Amino acid sequence: MKILSVENLSRSFGGIKANDNISFDVEQGTILGIIGPNGAGKSTLFDLITGYTKADNGKVQFFEKNIFGLSPDKISNLGVGRTFQKLKPFADQTLLENVMIGAFVKEKNIKRARDKALEIIDFVDLVEKRHHFAKELSTGQRKRLEMARAMAIEPKLLLMDEVTGGVDQKTIPGLVELIKKLKKTGVTIITIEHNINIIMEISDNVLALDQGQRIAFGPPKEIQKNKQVIDAYLGTFDAA
Amino acid sequence: MESKLIAAKSEPLWNTNNKVISIVCALVVLLFTLPLFGLNSFYLHLFIMIFMHAVMAQSWNVIAGFSGQISLGHGAFFGIGAYATSFFYMQYGITPWISIFFGMFISGIFAILIGIPMLRLSGHYFAIATLLIGISFQVVFQRWDLVGAASGLWVTMTPEDSWIALQFHSSKVPYYYVFLIFFLITFFVVWLLSRSKLGYRLRAVRDDPQAALSLCINVSNYKIIAYVISAMIMAPMGSLFAQYILIIDPDRVFNIEISIIVLLITVLGGIGNVWGPIIGASILIPISEYSRIYLGGTGGAVDLIFYGLILMIICIFRPNGLISFIPKDILERKKQR
Repeated sequence: MKILSVENLSRSFGGIKANDNISFDVEQGTILGIIGPNGAGKSTLFDLITGYTKADNGKVQFFEKNIFGLSPDKISNLGVGRTFQKLKPFADQTLLENVMIGAFVKEKNIKRARDKALEIIDFVDLVEKRHHFAKELSTGQRKRLEMARAMAIEPKLLLMDEVTGGVDQKTIPGLVELIKKLKKTGVTIITIEHNINIIMEISDNVLALDQGQRIAFGPPKEIQKNKQVIDAYLGTFDAA
Repeated sequence: MESKLIAAKSEPLWNTNNKVISIVCALVVLLFTLPLFGLNSFYLHLFIMIFMHAVMAQSWNVIAGFSGQISLGHGAFFGIGAYATSFFYMQYGITPWISIFFGMFISGIFAILIGIPMLRLSGHYFAIATLLIGISFQVVFQRWDLVGAASGLWVTMTPEDSWIALQFHSSKVPYYYVFLIFFLITFFVVWLLSRSKLGYRLRAVRDDPQAALSLCINVSNYKIIAYVISAMIMAPMGSLFAQYILIIDPDRVFNIEISIIVLLITVLGGIGNVWGPIIGASILIPISEYSRIYLGGTGGAVDLIFYGLILMIICIFRPNGLISFIPKDILERKKQR
């Protein structure tokens, strides 16, 4: 079943087409990986889907309901969670409080919201850090915080922007395992990744963007062989 | 792993430090018994001013400390409260006990009307807009004949002390208790608010509005809710102040100083913390009153210079306010390493 369907989504900033007629579908329970060089429009695409940036035109359907033009809080309320590339934890609050704020969406009772938040914090393996302020956590821990906070709203679709970006090599495998573990809970995931090996490992489908345009879409194996992708991204990646 | 989770879940929701509870209870009892020791009217006045300013600062703390919106026009709600009780009493003979709620209601309505367009403005622009709104209220009331224009309202004096008219001429003690009770109620309400779902969500809006949106929080609505609550806490203090001095005019109750002092008290005590305004008011108001006595008067504004100096020192060395001298785990949340 299609959980998300994006059709001809476009957005320009000045003369630059950040997203130009992007279309793709996401099947429920799968992981879609989005790749592309810097400035390809990956994060803009996230912002368009989640309502943070108004699209110029196009169509976004979530469970066949049109969510194009809705505000971010309404879209998240329908069950679309997200994390941010530039991390946005509630810095002056503890990890537990951060996640509780998410948990309050589905759970009105404070004690139960707290317990639910603790379970999710346990899921991301940070229980012993629960009373630490978000600003005291490491980047990797803050990435987990953002994942936990987004999970707390019980999303059906979770958009994760560069989970493994900006963290040290030792931290990456744990975060990748976490994404896999998350998929097993049944949540559909769209993830932006710079690390091509990770994308190939975890994704069911890959969407490749370059200069705001969709250049390829399909299973990882096909994407790896796609000439346009190799030229635009993988080629330079291998050379680097 | 499992056991860590179970242990975490078995923790109490809040860190209840018995020492703090006993100290607070003792202080409350002390405050209730204080007038029995025969305080003279200067000290009664001092305490009344502390209670009043603590509540006013708490009001500002709700909008600025909890939801992160700096309002520089909070005096407007104080003035509305002051005029509401005086006007309805003089025109229709309505007891202040009822018109206090009129003042709260009218302030709430104005908070919505001001908040809907203004809270869409980000950060500094909201501050500037509220500053101008605060001043416009003063200008309007200075020219509004129905409410006495610039000369204000002189509340009709009852011949004797009256609880119904909320006027006491023979002693300040009844005022002391009225202010004390409002002070305690307000703090209890705001303390509950800070621990409620609403409190959590307001802090989310303050810390990161963008992230709050991703958690189904309608940021504009929550800012407006905070603004309304804040206005409705401020108005009763205006009402009680009007009953206390019985002569109000736009220069006094819509004075820009009111909007500024609530900010100073909160910042001094500790912004975003329920205890901040209490500590701020308990220190700043006596300093203000004493410096006025010893340094003010004909000497001009020496008291204000002194005042400014203290604030500068705090801002430089203790940006989190005096509350930051008290270890966090005693008052607020528990933090375990």
